[in-house]
Amino acid sequence: MIAFPSSLAALISRLPAYPPSLTFATAFNLTVWKSLQDLEWEALQDRRFCVAVRDTGIKLWFSMATSGLKAETAGQADVTFTATLLDFTRLALRLEDPDTLFFNRRLLIEGDTDLGLRVKNMLDGVEFETLLESFPSVLGRLVNQVRKQGMA
Amino acid sequence: MKYILGNQESVMPKPLLELICPAGSLPALKAAVDHGADGVYLGLKDNTNARNFSGLNFDAKALAEGVRYAHAKNCKVLMALNTYPQPTTLKRWQQAVDTAATAGLDAIILADPGLMAYAMKTHPQLRLHLSVQGSATNYEAINFYHEHFGIQRAVVPRVLSLPQVENVVQHTHVEIELFGFGGLCVMVEGRCLLSSYACGDSPNTFGACSPGHAVRWQQTPKGMETRLNGVLIDRYADHEKAGYPTLCKGRFEVQGETYYALEEPTSLNTLEMLPEMHRIGIAAIKIEGRQRSPAYVAQVTQVWRAAIDAVKRNPAAFKPQAAWLAQLDKVSEGSMHTLGAYYRPWK
Repeated sequence: MIAFPSSLAALISRLPAYPPSLTFATAFNLTVWKSLQDLEWEALQDRRFCVAVRDTGIKLWFSMATSGLKAETAGQADVTFTATLLDFTRLALRLEDPDTLFFNRRLLIEGDTDLGLRVKNMLDGVEFETLLESFPSVLGRLVNQVRKQGMA
Repeated sequence: MKYILGNQESVMPKPLLELICPAGSLPALKAAVDHGADGVYLGLKDNTNARNFSGLNFDAKALAEGVRYAHAKNCKVLMALNTYPQPTTLKRWQQAVDTAATAGLDAIILADPGLMAYAMKTHPQLRLHLSVQGSATNYEAINFYHEHFGIQRAVVPRVLSLPQVENVVQHTHVEIELFGFGGLCVMVEGRCLLSSYACGDSPNTFGACSPGHAVRWQQTPKGMETRLNGVLIDRYADHEKAGYPTLCKGRFEVQGETYYALEEPTSLNTLEMLPEMHRIGIAAIKIEGRQRSPAYVAQVTQVWRAAIDAVKRNPAAFKPQAAWLAQLDKVSEGSMHTLGAYYRPWK
């Protein structure tokens, strides 16, 4: 297991949340949003999400807009997902089943559960190959390689 | 590979241990097909099936692609239409039957006799399976559905012991499908009102037990709390595994003691019973979990494919591999698995 230093996590948790949120939202919009924009996002418009990376102290705040994710300052979220960096990565690479992580207390969904389930199910409905196509080819190959190593 | 209907059914050999896997999305369907499922079952994006969760299931486009993909790899596609139509929205269920027939589904899985009558009359070529939600636990009931509605397969509720299942198999021409793996509840299938009691929505009509809108999880200093419609149903200490937020798996205070008063979260795993299921002629094994991710479907399908192939090769020598059990335990709800009612020496 990769362990993130807890002292660094404590420091990061005191820093403003907006810069990492903006970085994440921008990276997301430049890559995977292309393959996700046709999904039914209406029910998610203007809802606020928080992704809390437990072991790094990083919290990302964003909402859904018509053009993709919109970074938000720290505050109330409609739904909050909490897990470690490694588990979030494994979820994103489709190597891990969210319910399994939930049973094992490695994934927590707080707030509007229905909204959380909707996001989870919508993303599960997109094929990984489709997501990969929205990355620049070198990056896409790298992501695919990491995923294959994770499967082994 | 299509089923043959009508008079020819008696000369067709019955299938044996087909592997039927869940699909809540197109990637899950493809995962099942790619890992060796003989059939996948799915539902539409509404309350016509018992996994009516937000964002889950198939629209017309995904259904068409799913049927195309599965059939190209010789895998059947079954549609669950296993909730009970309501008087004001009956049309929705009938249209779902029409959709299944038009989209080329291999069978539909029904619980409601009215809907069976509609399907039989409107689409006589469409193969009908009796859902577990139909709650038929004896051969008289199953034969009744066969005689009146042409049901060709029945999914038997998880309340019978294996000898009782064998008795059913010996007294019916209907193929018998058993649950092999996945989440377990109190098993009052088609008749359970616990979710309705707690939050107004039951699987039978709304299509979901403990729907998302009624569930709240919260980390507190005392542990993670699960609330159903505001009512605290469990609190997990940090080291404890969590279960689905259903009333039957909650911990309750009974005469001063707090414990799982109805049942502990646990999963069914019948891998070790495969030789028996093979011997008594079980037509198909069903894997639970349309609400689960493609990753779960891939992992579980892979294990069960290998196990079923092994038992078919040599039933007498079959022994579940430790790696299979470890893989299945990993994705299981609760910290244990059980044979459920299938193994019940005391009857």
